[in-house]
Parts: sequence; structure tokens; C-alpha cells
Amino acid sequence: MKASKSLMLEMLKKMLEVRYFEEKVVDQYARGAVPGLAHLYIGEEAVAVGACMNLTDEDYITSTHRGHGHCIAKGGELKPMMAELFGKKTGYCKGKGGSMHIAAFEKGILGAMGIVGSGGPIATGAALGIKRQKLDRVVICFFGDGASNEGATHEAMNFASLHKLPVIFVCENNLYGISVAQHRHQAIKDIAARAAGYNMPGLIVDGMDVLAVYEAVKEAVKRAKSGKGPTLIECKTYRFRGHHEGDPNLGARYRMKEEIAAWRKRCPIECLKDKLIKDKIAKQRELDEMEEDVKRRVEEAFVYAMESPFPNPEEALEDLFA
Amino acid sequence: MRELTFREAVVEALDMALERDPRVFLLGEDIGYYGGLFQATQGLLQKYGEDRVMDSPISESAIIGAGIGSAIVGMRPIVEIMNIDFMPVCMDQLVNQAAKMRYMFGGKMKIPLVIRCTCGAGRGGAAHHAQATHGVFMHFPGLKIAVPGTPHDVKGLLFTAIEDENPVLFVEDKMMYNVKGEVPEGYYTVPFGKAAIRHEGEDVTVIATLRMGYRALAVAKEMEEKGIGVEVIDPRTLCPLDKETIINSFKKTGKMVIVDEGNRVGNFGSEVASIIAEEAVDYIQAPILKVTAPHVPVPYSPVLEKFYIPDEERIRQAVYRVLEYA
Repeated sequence: MKASKSLMLEMLKKMLEVRYFEEKVVDQYARGAVPGLAHLYIGEEAVAVGACMNLTDEDYITSTHRGHGHCIAKGGELKPMMAELFGKKTGYCKGKGGSMHIAAFEKGILGAMGIVGSGGPIATGAALGIKRQKLDRVVICFFGDGASNEGATHEAMNFASLHKLPVIFVCENNLYGISVAQHRHQAIKDIAARAAGYNMPGLIVDGMDVLAVYEAVKEAVKRAKSGKGPTLIECKTYRFRGHHEGDPNLGARYRMKEEIAAWRKRCPIECLKDKLIKDKIAKQRELDEMEEDVKRRVEEAFVYAMESPFPNPEEALEDLFA
Repeated sequence: MRELTFREAVVEALDMALERDPRVFLLGEDIGYYGGLFQATQGLLQKYGEDRVMDSPISESAIIGAGIGSAIVGMRPIVEIMNIDFMPVCMDQLVNQAAKMRYMFGGKMKIPLVIRCTCGAGRGGAAHHAQATHGVFMHFPGLKIAVPGTPHDVKGLLFTAIEDENPVLFVEDKMMYNVKGEVPEGYYTVPFGKAAIRHEGEDVTVIATLRMGYRALAVAKEMEEKGIGVEVIDPRTLCPLDKETIINSFKKTGKMVIVDEGNRVGNFGSEVASIIAEEAVDYIQAPILKVTAPHVPVPYSPVLEKFYIPDEERIRQAVYRVLEYA
């Protein structure tokens, strides 16, 4: 079944939210206004949005250091997210987590983990909890090509497949583990091939095509919910910015500017817009209005973050134990 | 009262926990059909089935992660890492994730996870199967650490651990599994953060963890016959630590020996000595001594291993030494 108009518009809106949220961070980071590190999701929007469009608030995700996109796609609200980046009391984690550690339990966001590869075992555990409690839910574990070389990822995949757990491993292969190109950090081209080692399906998807990601994850969700176990979906994608803001020349020390430019032409947002117009699904004005609305809401989130108070210093001592 | 071995007390507590709460399940290496390396889960798979007593792959990170994830979504997992020596294999899941998640996410989630493991030298386990590194984990905020010293306490502390809403590292001294002691029938808890005074005395305070409690107690009884009062305190949990009981005893005796099988540098005893220095300096009458393993890995040869493990003679010598200070 093809995605409906309303679904495609929803996807576009979410991708725009991610894009403009991140653009705001770019701007603020350049001004030196963001306290910590910022690993941006610009260019990879189709992966998180296409995947999460298959989920409800009841389903779970685990996220990564490059997690803003996952959180927004999963329903995270812009205001507490932005506030968290600025270390404010109104942030999702009361200013304790920051950019790399956002969780929103009520939205099924179990948390972004700053350690590469650490989400796999936790996502697998959540899936085990779902299975034992006979809940009709799934978990998506987002991870990158870098994390695909971490032992914990392999332990998790083996465990999940062994017990046929409802978890989907969505690998965002953006071709670089920090600065090291994929061909310099692993001997394989397709990470999906590793699924065979765990007797689970391994798919390769165009990570710049939100509809393709959506359809692939949809099948995986169906499979997971019917008790058939996990799927590994490798999304070939690209980050338009550097590893983190401040990465020299957007990563031009370790990759060619031509390469960046070529991938930018495949912008997942522009691709979807083109399709919507070309197939006469939506009118340009409709899309423009949507974009303006997103920009306005991102700006509101920024103002909210700016106007929010910092936590009291002594709050550093709270929240350790339940 | 009836007596059980330490092992039987563990099995009984786990059995009762599985019986009492359907959310409880066990996961670990060889805990199922094999019954656990030390038979501390013996018979439980047969009684509760493979879904509640899960043999796991040899994948320590997956074991801890499965515990964290399932705890967050509503289960009460009790996972087992066979030897505390294996903990570095899954250190990230333990200290970066389990311990930190609640705090770094702003106090929003509960992680009611019990991580059982064994420690201790004396069976020829050598460098990779015999360490007593429990003290290391005190350094990581967000973990509670139980170090039961008797069959009575292991059962009661295990229930407290299972009911706690936080990750608990539950360290069992593998040389204690055959030790017998009084264990009440039925359900009871031993609170965290409440030390036990094993022997009262006015002259020296000896803080001793795990099986070192028995050794300290033997020395205390022997000294008692000589008219020397040794107060033996078992902290029972390292986090939270019952500073009050420790400090109060020290205020009475002014002399302290800490006995712990961990390596010497950064030992649990180092922290206790620091607490005394910070909070009871006016009462210090003698050097605070640590009786620990020397600062080397656990050696294999029986001769070397025996030398490595703190024994009664070393405790005795330390007590005599602090007594030299009037």
C-alpha cells in the first residue's frame, strides 16, 4: 500500500522540523551560544522520519549521539528539546543530559546514548520486556556505520534474533565513523550483510528516500510484531554537516567537497517536495505554508529555550536515585 | 533457627522472588539447566521455565543491556555476571548506562535492575576468575552495591535489592557459598545502608566485608579471651554506606582496621579511612590500617594465592599494631 497524501505531508513536516531545528543549532553554535557538543542530523532526516512514521507513542526507540532527528521524528517536542541543548531547567532532562542525552519516556524515547554502540543491548532489553509482557509494541534501535563495528551491537543482534525479539536495527550508514571513511573502517560495503550472521533479514535502503525507508521499516514492524524477530535495515545516507559542529570545513579534511555537494543534490527534503509537486499530490503554496509554519515553531522553541531559567546549581545533586 | 548454606539462601530468595512477582526473571550465563556455576540458581529453570530463568549467550554487554531495557519497560530483571572479573567486558552498559541513565535523563526513568556477580580468590581462579573488585564500583554514582556477609543477610539483602527502583550490584563471595548460618523461613528484608555490628568491643573497630567478616570475627573472639575488645562491623552495603555506625564505633575506640579482599590501592578501606579523616579526625588515636590483598593480580599457585588473600594472622597483626598506640 502506498503512503497517503496526509502521511507524506506529515513526513515532510517532520523532516522540515528536524532540518530547521538543526539549522538553528548551526546558527547558535557559530555564535558560541550552545554550551556543549552538537552532532547534527542534517541530510539524514529521511531515515529517522521514515522509520518513526511507523511507530506510535507506545513503541520505543533508542537513539545516538546524533539524536535530535530521532527524537523529533518520534514525537519529541521542539521546546523542551531546544531548552535541553541550552542546558535549561525546562529541557527534557532538566539540563542534565544535553544534546547527546535526550530522553522522553512518554513519547517512547528511551534515550539517546553518547557511547557509540551502547543502544543495541538496551533496545534489545526493551524488546525482551515487550515480549514478556505480551505488549503489541516494537523497538527501533538507531545506530551508525561506526557502531556496526562495536561488539555490543553484535551481542545485541545475536540475542535479539535468538529470542525473536520485536526490535528493528536501523543502521544509518552515513559513510563515516567520525572522520574515517567506511572503506577504511570495515572490509564490507553493505552492513546489511552482517544480518546473515544472525539469521535475520538484512535490507539495503536508499536512506535519502523517506518513502523507501518507511516501506522497509513497515515490513520490519509487521515481522517483529508477528513474533518473527528482528530485521537489520541499512539506510545509505550522508551527513551534510561535519561529525559535530566545529568539525573543520564540514569534514573537508577527510572527504571531498565534491562528494558533499553531490550528496546535497540528493537532499531528502527536496526529493520529497519534488515528488509531491511532480505527482500533483500537493501544491507549492501548501508546502510553502508548511515550511513557514515549521520555521515559526522552531523560532518559538528557541525563544522558549532562551527565556527559560537555568537550573539551580544545587540541582546537580538531584535525580541520582529513584 | 534452621541453618542454610549461603548458596541455599540465595536459591531460596530467588525462588521466592520468582514466585512473588511475575515481573521478576533471571538472565545469565549457565544459570538455567546447569543451575549456575556455583549452583546458586539450581532447580529454578525446572520450576519456572526457560522464559523466567534464561540461559544467556556469553555476551555480558547484552546481559546487562537486556536487564536495563527490560527494567525500563516494566520488568524486574535479576541478571548474573558469572565473575566480577568479567565486569570490564560490559563496563559501558554497567557504569555508563545503567548507573547514569536516570540522572542524565533528568530523573525520569526507573531502572529496577539487580546484577548478581561473584567475587573472591581461593579456588585457583587466578587473574581472571578470582578478583574482589567490588570496591571499584563505589566510584560510579548511580549504582547501589550490596556485599552480603552471612546467609541471613544474603537472603534479606536480595529481597531489598529486587524491590529497589535502582540498579543494584549484588556481590556474592564465592568462597562463602558453603558457609552455614541461621536463615529465617519466609520473606524478610535487610535494609540497605545499615551496617551490622557482628561483635561489640571498646578498643578497636574492625570494618570487614564479605567473608572477611568471619575472619575478623574469629580474631575478635580470640582477642576477647585476652581482654581486648574488638568491634567488628560488616557494612553490608557499600552504597549506600552506613557512615553513622562506622563513625560512632570509631568515636568509641579511636582505632580502626579495615579488612577487604580488594587490591590495596583505591580499596574500599581507602574510602573509609578518608571518611574518618574528614569526619572524625578529633578521635584518631592510631594510624588507620587497611588489611587488603597486595597490589598485584590474583596469582594461581596455591602458595601464592594463600599469600594473596588477607588472613586472620594479618588481621591480628594489624589489631596489635593499632593497639600499640595508647
